Amino acid sequence: MPTSAQRSGRKSAVLAAGAAVTSVVLAACGSGTSKPSTVPVAAASGTALSGQSITIYSGQHEQTMQALVKGFEAKTGVKVNVRSGDEAELANQILTEGKASPADVFVSENPPTLTTLEEKGLLAKVDADTLAAVPAADSAAAGDWIGVSARSAVFAYDTAAVPASQLPTSVKDLAGAAWKGKLGIAPSETDFTPIVTRMIQSVGADATKTWLRGLKANGKVYDSNEDLIAAINKGEVAGGVVDHYYWYRMRDEVGAGAVHSQLSYFAAGDPGSMVDVSGAGILGSSKHQPAAQAFLNYLVAQPAQQIIATSQSYEYPLLAGVAATKLAKPLSAAGPVVPATDLGDGKQALSLLQSVGLLS
Amino acid sequence: MSDQPFLKAIGPAALRRRASGAPFALPLVAAAVAVVVCCPLVFVAMQAGQSGWASVRQLLGRPLVTTLLWHTVELTVTVTAATLVIGFCAAFLTQRTDIPGRRVFTVLLAMPLAVPEFVHGYCWVSLFPSVQGFWGAVLVMTTSLYPLVFLPAAATLRRGDAATEEVARSLGHGRWHILWRVTLPQTRPALAGGALLVSLYLLGEYGAFAMVRYTTFATAIYTQFETSFDTVSASVLALVLIVLAVLVIGAEAGAGRRRGRVVREGAATRPADPLRLGRWTAPAVVGLAALVGTTLGVPVYALGYWLAKGNSSTLPSASIWSATATTAGYALVSAAIATAAAVPVALLAWRHPGHLSVGIVRLAYLTRALPGIAVALAVVFFAIRYATPWYQQPPMLVAGYVVLFFPLALTAVRASLAQVPHGVEDVARSLGRRRLVVLGRVTLPLIAPGLAASFAMVALTASTELTATLLLHPTGTDTLATRFWSYTTGLAYGAAAPYAAMMTALSVPAVVLLTRRTLGPARLSKEEA
Repeated sequence: MPTSAQRSGRKSAVLAAGAAVTSVVLAACGSGTSKPSTVPVAAASGTALSGQSITIYSGQHEQTMQALVKGFEAKTGVKVNVRSGDEAELANQILTEGKASPADVFVSENPPTLTTLEEKGLLAKVDADTLAAVPAADSAAAGDWIGVSARSAVFAYDTAAVPASQLPTSVKDLAGAAWKGKLGIAPSETDFTPIVTRMIQSVGADATKTWLRGLKANGKVYDSNEDLIAAINKGEVAGGVVDHYYWYRMRDEVGAGAVHSQLSYFAAGDPGSMVDVSGAGILGSSKHQPAAQAFLNYLVAQPAQQIIATSQSYEYPLLAGVAATKLAKPLSAAGPVVPATDLGDGKQALSLLQSVGLLS
Repeated sequence: MSDQPFLKAIGPAALRRRASGAPFALPLVAAAVAVVVCCPLVFVAMQAGQSGWASVRQLLGRPLVTTLLWHTVELTVTVTAATLVIGFCAAFLTQRTDIPGRRVFTVLLAMPLAVPEFVHGYCWVSLFPSVQGFWGAVLVMTTSLYPLVFLPAAATLRRGDAATEEVARSLGHGRWHILWRVTLPQTRPALAGGALLVSLYLLGEYGAFAMVRYTTFATAIYTQFETSFDTVSASVLALVLIVLAVLVIGAEAGAGRRRGRVVREGAATRPADPLRLGRWTAPAVVGLAALVGTTLGVPVYALGYWLAKGNSSTLPSASIWSATATTAGYALVSAAIATAAAVPVALLAWRHPGHLSVGIVRLAYLTRALPGIAVALAVVFFAIRYATPWYQQPPMLVAGYVVLFFPLALTAVRASLAQVPHGVEDVARSLGRRRLVVLGRVTLPLIAPGLAASFAMVALTASTELTATLLLHPTGTDTLATRFWSYTTGLAYGAAAPYAAMMTALSVPAVVLLTRRTLGPARLSKEEA
């Protein structure tokens, strides 16, 4: 579990990111030298890659991804084709395409999709310099993909239905009798399994199963987090666990005057108190490895992280020194980042969800 | 039939032997079409084949699987029955009674086809949060699918022959008795065809049920694909849907074939006098108006609400016009190809009804029961292996639409062919014309209304398709559906609304064409056939 000490280590990551750009550019030039570069970053602005094109399968917020791609294209001259879709569908597409996939880069919303591709041996290793830009816990342990941004699990609630004194401090509380008929859940969302996985690690599989049965008995099941957050805001249910940005995007849509809900965070150390990473990986079958590596490198460098920090996707940037000013809580206070190795591919959580009948 | 004695004298078999052209061309072309449109079935079977019996048993033994299977059956039966009742009543009222505003009602009643499925769902849920669960699903699906029954039933009733009903009346039977024993049986094949499309669609549907929080067997398949990334298990489950589809298709064949109805074939028919509703006029008008108000009012109101209230709404940007052009282009090309592909299959079944042709037709319908994601992944699978240069190019999306909507085209072309007297081609050939000339100058002109209906049906369904479009569209091009999806997943309903409105607007001409072509021109005189 990364601590605040670990997070403060991110300052050095800024420097590493700069070095990474340089080395990627050098690699792309095919100079063959592995000596530390003395070429200034600005001078080697990716001219060697200019004119190439790469294809990105992106499960991320489309408008933010477009802003990021625009920045990368301007910087490197690489043409980027973005295929936006649901992260799970895109992962299925890559699995069906196999080695012939036209995708060079896959950008996900949650680690399990990337981990699934990693387990199938479809991802190439990310450059070490790029990986160094963000805390190690934010990326795959073996370096198959890198964390780019983060979202935190929160409890969204209808302010009229839940007084502050009755807010749950633990995600475990939600299985209790007090929440009977008041809870909303979206178990089929890829954002939900990480919380179940954390519960399994915290209390064991059997207790998690009991907890899930409680949630099922208490809750109304929604198909998506978008539906869930809208239902909470309309007072259809009193509250539910979602990723924080759904509430912010909903606020943008309905207008501040129509917001009847708030966010609350579970107590530190609770399985529900967690930050989940959105990451990116390079397909092993990509024929544009240098350009793809350059794109990942760009994603974790300052300009891109600044775009993420100010975008309408309302995610947290991961680079130290870049703060998400639009969000109420800083990342360090939003919960610990769960290492990808802990989350795995989420299979155990899924089979528990299926065994209690929350998923089919 | 006036030409019948002549045919009997010469003998159709002799004519067939004399005819020029290749007798094997048609079965070959039809079989080739069948191979292409059945590729999703092959894909699903191949994937499922990788599963062992033990894991199949474990998969099907999970607690939720049986429940979901029951949900699917329950919903399919209920919604199909509801669409049959609503579709027949609406068709009867607009075609056989003196209800005021019949022509306007006829077009309005077909209009829900212009509203995309996922828009229907969103509209209901955003306006009436209490629309959910089983009855929510029944409501949303019935109001969006009943036109599939209404249109063919209306077409049959409009062409229906007064003579049989008059005979029944002369025998002293009452109005209700005639409706039940004469009119309804005459409509049975049309009702069965519509019910087949409705129930096959329900088997594989997922999105609309997800919206009203009702889980069906298709939900289980999506879960396997989307949260477990387990294509093998998903395919095993999809095979269960195929089994259900086989049962449904068998039931349709039985219902459509059943004897006991009185049909005067060939002779010029005479329309029945419209039934005078009298004091029932007001309730009937209120009923139809309520139906139109519910099925069209909800989507129209919700779209207006989003456009007006959503903070994210902007004036239509340049991208909406390019997305509209792209959507229309794909829809038109796919409609043309699907219709062209349906002709040989329908012709084969019509000219040579036998095990082979019937088998091909039924196989083609099976695909309709598969969830969209399975069909789309099948196209991905085959395209990237056997048509690599076309992968994620426009032809691949067109191929996807053709595979998905071939059953719709086939239904329309078959319905049209069924009205052509069987000896027509033989007569033309006996006059020394080549097969292809006969096809082009005699058969195709006769089924032109069916071809137009098929074209309109595929075009409007393709222009609103989402699941397969997301997987198959060329990278970098957007359709109205993908734009709508992109905004709604970002919770920007206001920004999404113009795209949904444009999709609906784009489909309106297709629905009008469909209504006209299926029903034929309005009757001008009683002498008209």
